[in-house]
Amino acid sequence: MSKKLHVEFTVNGDEYDCLTEPHETLLDALRDKLMLTGTKEGCATGDCGACSVMVDGRLICSCLMLAAEADGAKVETIEGMAAGGELHPLQQKFLDMNGLQCGICTPGFLVAAKALLERNPNPTETEVRFWLAGNLCRCTGYDKIIRSVMAAAEEIRGA
Amino acid sequence: MADLRYEAPGTIADAVKLLAAADGTARVLAGGTDVVVQMETDLIDPDLIVDIKKIPDIKRIAEENGGYRIGAAASGMELCEHDGFAGAWPGVIDGVKLIGSIQVKGRATMTGNLCNASPGADSVPPMVTAGATAHVVGPDGARDVAVEDIPVAPGKTSLGKGELIESFHFPARPARSGDAYLRFTPRTEMDIAVVGVAVNLTLDEGGVCTQARVALGAVAPTVLLVKECADAIVGTKLDDAALDKLAAAASAACKPIDDKRGTREFRIDIAGVLAKRVAKIAYDRARANG
Repeated sequence: MSKKLHVEFTVNGDEYDCLTEPHETLLDALRDKLMLTGTKEGCATGDCGACSVMVDGRLICSCLMLAAEADGAKVETIEGMAAGGELHPLQQKFLDMNGLQCGICTPGFLVAAKALLERNPNPTETEVRFWLAGNLCRCTGYDKIIRSVMAAAEEIRGA
Repeated sequence: MADLRYEAPGTIADAVKLLAAADGTARVLAGGTDVVVQMETDLIDPDLIVDIKKIPDIKRIAEENGGYRIGAAASGMELCEHDGFAGAWPGVIDGVKLIGSIQVKGRATMTGNLCNASPGADSVPPMVTAGATAHVVGPDGARDVAVEDIPVAPGKTSLGKGELIESFHFPARPARSGDAYLRFTPRTEMDIAVVGVAVNLTLDEGGVCTQARVALGAVAPTVLLVKECADAIVGTKLDDAALDKLAAAASAACKPIDDKRGTREFRIDIAGVLAKRVAKIAYDRARANG
């Protein structure tokens, strides 16, 4: 039996502490220990981006990080995106413009797109496509996702 | 599954002690984008993970002796966002930018890219052409090793038990120097190099190439530093005849395999095509640095 590790981190501003197995990923800890199941598991090998979260301001795949590595970190997940019950413009545009079908990839796309718009509020379509290359969607064909992100960026710039 | 122990030592000396004393399989954890996947897919079943990210300065990107010192745990995104380093070594950044997605680069390191020892690692050929050295620390002290001497076979490095890379040093660059890296892949992103070529060169005031290093990736068990390629362009302005010689030398140096990503013949051909293109980009960048 591997020795369990005590880790403390914040998720969307709330403090959490939990016991983790050394091989447990941050994704598993978020979903199974903290019951924050908005972050999805697609491939578990860093290829699909469904598990995208922010750690200390950096967009990462939570399946590629051990929970033990998150000790002391500031984690942001999809659950923190709608402020006070109001949807983020990206979330609203995905709904309005059919930027999702089955929805499994959507939290990852939203977290990744938000990270892009925070560093580049006026991206070109090419920049959006390259930034989101690590997020796979098997339903939409991507076009509606890209349009939703472009529309949200425009709305945020105008606000 | 092994009884896995996770340690995050606060000094490099403690990391060496842990690795040197380890029974069974031990892995250094930097960005983790290979190690965690290999654990998840049961390719490895380590007994010990040594996370180096709690070591002070292990993520540094700092000027040193006119060049750069890069800590082992500096992530790809941190390197891409560092204007000084990215401006000094655009060819290295060409390679780093191709390591997986934005998410992967948020964690992945050049150290891991090198020590994973994949023949197709994108940051390795431009590190080799840069003349970068790895500062290796181990139970018998420290040594500086040329990057091209770290990988010895797919998945295998020359690092001994208890040894790990603490940092890389990139040398100072003469004026009128430029480097570049291109790879061939069926997709533009999220793919693994079928062939990769890096070129680093320096020009004199008249635009004649005075020194060059050319490295090939994914066409042999390890990265190849090809002197014949450099010889083909040194003393020239990279005219068509020199570029043809460069392409022929690159193709001749390839010792590739057939696999699902490309045939042997295709890789040999493409290595020459890419070598020309990359040399021209490096040349233009060197001219712009005049």
